[in-house]
Amino acid sequence: MAEMDTSSGGGHKKGPGVKKSKKMSTRVDLTPMVDLGFLLITFFVFTTTMSKPTAMNMNEPKDDPDQQLKVKQSGAMTILLGSDDQVYYYMGELTADNASQQFKSTNFKDIRSVILDKKKATPIGDLMYIIKSDKDATFKNAIDILDEMAINDVPPGHYAEVDMSPTEEQLIKLTEQANGLK
Amino acid sequence: MGRAKLPRKSTNIDMTAMCDVAFLLLSFFILATKQKPPEAVTVMPPTSVSSKAAPEKSIIITLTKEGKCFLILGDETKKKDILKDINTTKGLGLSDQEISKFAKLTFIGMPLGQVKSALALEQMPPADKLLGIPIQDSTNNEMVDWIRSITNVYAGGDQKVLEEMILIKGDNLAKYPAFKNIKYALKKNNLFKFRIVTNSETVPTGSELYIKNKELLDKK
Repeated sequence: MAEMDTSSGGGHKKGPGVKKSKKMSTRVDLTPMVDLGFLLITFFVFTTTMSKPTAMNMNEPKDDPDQQLKVKQSGAMTILLGSDDQVYYYMGELTADNASQQFKSTNFKDIRSVILDKKKATPIGDLMYIIKSDKDATFKNAIDILDEMAINDVPPGHYAEVDMSPTEEQLIKLTEQANGLK
Repeated sequence: MGRAKLPRKSTNIDMTAMCDVAFLLLSFFILATKQKPPEAVTVMPPTSVSSKAAPEKSIIITLTKEGKCFLILGDETKKKDILKDINTTKGLGLSDQEISKFAKLTFIGMPLGQVKSALALEQMPPADKLLGIPIQDSTNNEMVDWIRSITNVYAGGDQKVLEEMILIKGDNLAKYPAFKNIKYALKKNNLFKFRIVTNSETVPTGSELYIKNKELLDKK
């Protein structure tokens, strides 16, 4: 390690009025400076976030009652987002008689395969995913399900976000109670 | 035989070179680090597989997990015009001086009715003490007014440019209705395309998108 100059500087040689200063070393101990340098580097490396935020495009439809899209029942799948990251879905139209059989609950992990199965089983022209979010759903859920569409390569225009109907809200509530949520 | 005498070497090392390297690295990191864009409050955006980088100069609508809404007008050149526009359309009664002071704020996070009193304060309260821009429902949604002023100022320009600039940055835990109200504000002003800030995430292996991306790569 670098040494410290401990010798008493400027020793006097006893002589008749002769002041001869001792030659001091010009070397400076750089150890603390190196320490500081590396400390700062470490600090900067750790505080720099490498991930750059990305942007996801959103296209919203115009709220035009005249241009209601007609969806074929055979190709429609409705995905409902509930509280606590729960996902519910049903195929086609919800009928009053066997709503409980149609209505299935799942989670974000398994919804991918359901979406994919539907996509494979349906001619692309008829395919339509209808996404409805409950008031307890989070922003993350809403983005995740759109992301799920991107992951499954569902072409744009084949999925849409729609407001939830009271019947569906009721069904979610009942399912949540049955599942012991809330 | 006498023992070989090892010459005593000094343990001193010349630190100059090491010091040089340290500071070179340090200056590199400082210069290479981009300054974080101003943030009203820290939020944790959700993840998505989107690979597009978020544009830099943008209008960011931040939604916190408590449902508070903040607005950042990124483009400094248009900021004052937007504030002037909302001042006249909503009758806030701000003087030119107050508008200049308003323009100096990095983010807007108070109801329109409180702007004048907030500007009179010596120092702005921190973001978590602010009320945020009210977006409760369609009747009390001041975001509609803000977006209207923004579209007024950008009117005449390319609509696509404005669409590219609008970013919504929401927290993971923000509730869906708050997000819906922001969407409502944008749609009310004929803005149907916008972007959502997300953190990037890798495309899951074996998924449809993964296969498609791979095919595209192979073609190249």
